[in-house]
Amino acid sequence: MYGLFRLVLQLLSAQLLCVWVLGSELTFELPDNAKQCFYEDIIIGTKCTLEFQVVTGGHYDVDCRLEDPEGTTLYKEMKKQYDSFTFTAAKNGTYKFCFSNEFSTFTHKTVYFDFQVGDDPPLFPNENRVTALTQMESACVSIHEALKSVIDYQTHFRLREAQGRSRAEDLNTRVAFWSIGEALILLVVSISQVVLLRSFFSDKKTTTTRVGS
Amino acid sequence: MSLRGIGFLLQCYLVLAAAMYFDLGEQEQKCIIEEIPEDMLVTGYFLLEPWEMNALSHSPHLGVTVTVRDPNHEVVMSKRYGKFAKFTFTSHASGQHYLCFQTNSTRFSVFAGERLKLHLDVQMGEHSVHPVTDKTKDNLETLENSLRHLIDQMIFITRQQEYQREKEEVFRQIGENTNSKVLWWAMVQTSVLLTVGFWQMKRLKDFFIAKKLV
Repeated sequence: MYGLFRLVLQLLSAQLLCVWVLGSELTFELPDNAKQCFYEDIIIGTKCTLEFQVVTGGHYDVDCRLEDPEGTTLYKEMKKQYDSFTFTAAKNGTYKFCFSNEFSTFTHKTVYFDFQVGDDPPLFPNENRVTALTQMESACVSIHEALKSVIDYQTHFRLREAQGRSRAEDLNTRVAFWSIGEALILLVVSISQVVLLRSFFSDKKTTTTRVGS
Repeated sequence: MSLRGIGFLLQCYLVLAAAMYFDLGEQEQKCIIEEIPEDMLVTGYFLLEPWEMNALSHSPHLGVTVTVRDPNHEVVMSKRYGKFAKFTFTSHASGQHYLCFQTNSTRFSVFAGERLKLHLDVQMGEHSVHPVTDKTKDNLETLENSLRHLIDQMIFITRQQEYQREKEEVFRQIGENTNSKVLWWAMVQTSVLLTVGFWQMKRLKDFFIAKKLV
């Protein structure tokens, strides 16, 4: 009986946590001429943040669109490399955000996005709270906040580094490819120059003799 | 004990049902990319649902095949699950891992093309704040739990930083490689240009002397 009561209490607290614990970050590959949409059910009044960044591919840009349950576009940007958008949900329902690579003909893009809904769960749940937080607890809370921002900065740094490394790899392959190509072109052009010149002079010689006789 | 286990799974189900989802066609495979350092425990929860909540026109034998590939494109884990499951794996190499989800059902392919919703939540490390399942009234124990959670967070951060250091090393190598390639190929091209120039002049000179034009 007590076990059942505890189970019911846990389920209720899980329902409460639904408002808090939703924040998803994903990295996915967007093929060329493709569009990928993500959906999330949001309760009215929740503050949400959508942040995205293109990690690899082409000119590192993508189209992004955020729509509310009735189809009104809340945010629409074309060919953006990275952006962050905060909004407060004005309606209940399923919000949809899409990333589109339809303007690109042959480059795959890797896109990272982070969709935060509501606030993070607090470190000390307030169910049995009768007094204010003790010094220990408030120290823990400030360490927790600092560590969360460290993780956040690390993610940004990691994305920037991935982007830089992707560009460096592209540069590397391009340098090798074009250098070999240029050396070959140089050889071909110079040999054909000599051959062409020789052919000019041999023709002229025959015409001069014919004219002479 | 089993009641708590069921309670936990049910919590996950409820939390996941309100989590973010994306559409997945029948027999379609969609992958997400995760940068995972070495020896990191990754936990994923997913829930598969039909697109229209009330249209149960097909058999409920929905399943998901989860395939995890490591940075060398070798399969780390490939398992079939039901509609709702939790999967874990530990990464052995550091780098970009590909988590791929493919639906498989025991229906005929005549009805293929129906859309399904895949709710997904992937967590790395063991530092996520789970709801306090032990309703302890002891403040010291809650403090201990919080400190343990903070320590887990810091270990996660340290691992990520070590991984980041490895990747920067790779980045620097690429940069130096490009630099030496540019230098080497520039020298090769200049020498090719000079050699070919001399060869051209020599051939033409011989040619004109032979043709008695010079």
